Amino acid sequence: MAAPYDLNDDSVVVVIGSGAGGGTLGPELAKKGIDTVILEAGGRHEIEDFSNDEWGMFGQISWLDKRTTSGSWRVAKDFSGLPAWIVKAVGGSTVHWAGASLRFQEHEFRGLTEYGDVPGANLLDWPITLKEMEPYYDRAEDMMGVTRTHNIPGLPGNNNFKVMKAGADKLGYKECHTGRMAINSEPRDGRGSCQQIGFCFQGCKSGAKWSPLYTEIPEGEDTGKLEVRANAQVIKIEHDDSGKVSGVVYADKDGNQHRQKARAVCLAGNSFESPRLLLNSASSMFPDGLGNSSGQVGKNYMRHMTGSVYAVFDKPVNMYRGTTMAGIIQDESVNDPSRGFVGGYEMETLSLGLPFMGAFLDPGAWGRSFTGAMDMYDHMAGMWLVGEDMPQESNAVTLHPTEKDQFGMPVPNVHFDDHPNDVAMRNHAYQQGSAVYDAVGATRTFPTPPYPSTHNLGTNRMSAKARDGVVDKWGKSHDVPNLFVSDGSVFTTGASENPTLTIVSLAIRQADYIADQMSKGNL
Amino acid sequence: MRVLDKREKVSRRGFLKRSGAAAVGLIGLSAGAGMVTGPNGAWALEVKNLKPETMATLIQMARDIYPHDRLSDKYYVAAVSGYDAQAGDDAGVKDMIEGGIGALDTMAMAQHGVGYMKVGWEEDRVALLKQIEDGGFFQTIRGGLVVSIYNNPEVWPLFGYEGASAEKGGYIARGFDDIDWL
Repeated sequence: MAAPYDLNDDSVVVVIGSGAGGGTLGPELAKKGIDTVILEAGGRHEIEDFSNDEWGMFGQISWLDKRTTSGSWRVAKDFSGLPAWIVKAVGGSTVHWAGASLRFQEHEFRGLTEYGDVPGANLLDWPITLKEMEPYYDRAEDMMGVTRTHNIPGLPGNNNFKVMKAGADKLGYKECHTGRMAINSEPRDGRGSCQQIGFCFQGCKSGAKWSPLYTEIPEGEDTGKLEVRANAQVIKIEHDDSGKVSGVVYADKDGNQHRQKARAVCLAGNSFESPRLLLNSASSMFPDGLGNSSGQVGKNYMRHMTGSVYAVFDKPVNMYRGTTMAGIIQDESVNDPSRGFVGGYEMETLSLGLPFMGAFLDPGAWGRSFTGAMDMYDHMAGMWLVGEDMPQESNAVTLHPTEKDQFGMPVPNVHFDDHPNDVAMRNHAYQQGSAVYDAVGATRTFPTPPYPSTHNLGTNRMSAKARDGVVDKWGKSHDVPNLFVSDGSVFTTGASENPTLTIVSLAIRQADYIADQMSKGNL
Repeated sequence: MRVLDKREKVSRRGFLKRSGAAAVGLIGLSAGAGMVTGPNGAWALEVKNLKPETMATLIQMARDIYPHDRLSDKYYVAAVSGYDAQAGDDAGVKDMIEGGIGALDTMAMAQHGVGYMKVGWEEDRVALLKQIEDGGFFQTIRGGLVVSIYNNPEVWPLFGYEGASAEKGGYIARGFDDIDWL
């Protein structure tokens, strides 16, 4: 039974957001006996509400509140009001994530040391190491049921993977398999195995894919120590005269505002809303935004170097059948500057249904070059390219000077320019991705530009020194002792791996820390 | 491997019967008296708010933007027919479309001596569209079409796309890994 907490109960920990970060942290705290309230801006849509309908689900669960864009990135031109494709619902973007669950590599925690002083980049080493993270990665993989860990077999390869694998073998790539996926390859944890439905991005109809919406959140609610309040969009974090956080103001689905008091606040609203909330919570004591004495709140926005390669063959592939992203080539995910860039990238299978392929194959394109490709839809194979991008201080989430949301709060503007290293990496990835398909007889390949960002990172970054970032190695604000950040915005650098496993691992680690500090009377 | 039959299942003549349209028009679209009809009367559309000539030109424009030779006109008609009702609800939409098509016809007349619909080669019509592709009218029409054409479940089988699969048990027993030519 879910616990209802009073608005004036100042003993609760308030978690803002219920995705990979908040949806892990909240239940972890509750299981430790800590009274926890999760405030989720979106609604609660259970598995029975999902449909295999790309545009229908997009309209139902996406974060579509007003945002603006600037900078030279192509997303600002193709999707000027939609810089990110993320979810506004209980479970957050774990509802639509693909399931790829990869650990960061040792060198990726030491970006500045490993890559050196890259001009224009604002690189920094993480204040934690892979060794410190390993026990938490292990717990996260067990909790999420990641394939190829904990003796869980890999998923079977679908048609799209088989094309990738044949090309990888011909090119001599060694690390190609069906991935480490938080999708059950066999029944586990009360959930069945993958039925190869496809539509991983539209919410998993079988529940084989991990999402706290139907895993940790109900378990947390069953403890009686967790309340998940949906349709509760936090618009301001408040503090007392001593500079400690005292509560939050949120708007319910009717726009009525409420004040929930709190013992501590953990911010997990993804890399746009988390810095936006800190900036919108400026006060006379924190004139540049809450926890922003460094000036780094909202800065160093990273979105991964991304792109896709689709290829057409003379025979059918039917790539849309089966698990969307159960296929990976990892050979390029190394730091080998002889390729003309630092950091590395992964190649992962990807398919879109016909409706999304029309919108995303080459956004804005029309005419016979485009429709000739669409005519070959069932003969296509596809892969996503995801690599480490360079943090740049000028890539930033800021408050729009004039545009306001439905609650009167300034909307976020997202500014992004590719770093020359990102461009060099993308060109290399396009070349290698095309080569994979050419090796098995592609008749045409398409270097497809980035989609609206699904991996949003870095805007409240972790740093050893307070002047370099926003939070410490535990995700605790450098400025405010009972304010935490618990999402991907704490990433110091982006690494080449999909971020969810690391967000979940950090949240498990943070829950341990919070409980420890409470038991010692420090929080 | 299991492959789909991508042929259209409904005959054009069958569609004609169901739509109740008279067999008029010989080449291309024809318009008049509140009706837009396809060649050989393959389809007919009643318009109430836009000029029939405007709707006929819009349908041709839709095909020129996303030309799929295996798609019969009815899918392009379906993709733009909603603009007639929108034009009735919103004078701004009506002005945008009538104005946009009017300007396109004026350009065609100046460069080819005939209206857009009568310009014979697709290549020449596309050259006209290229001149307006950065404008609001073209972008609105194109942005609407990319959803209304490819999100129409009736066209999915023609591209070999099967749509929703959860209700059918996914593809675990229906060919997720049946590729046989590698």
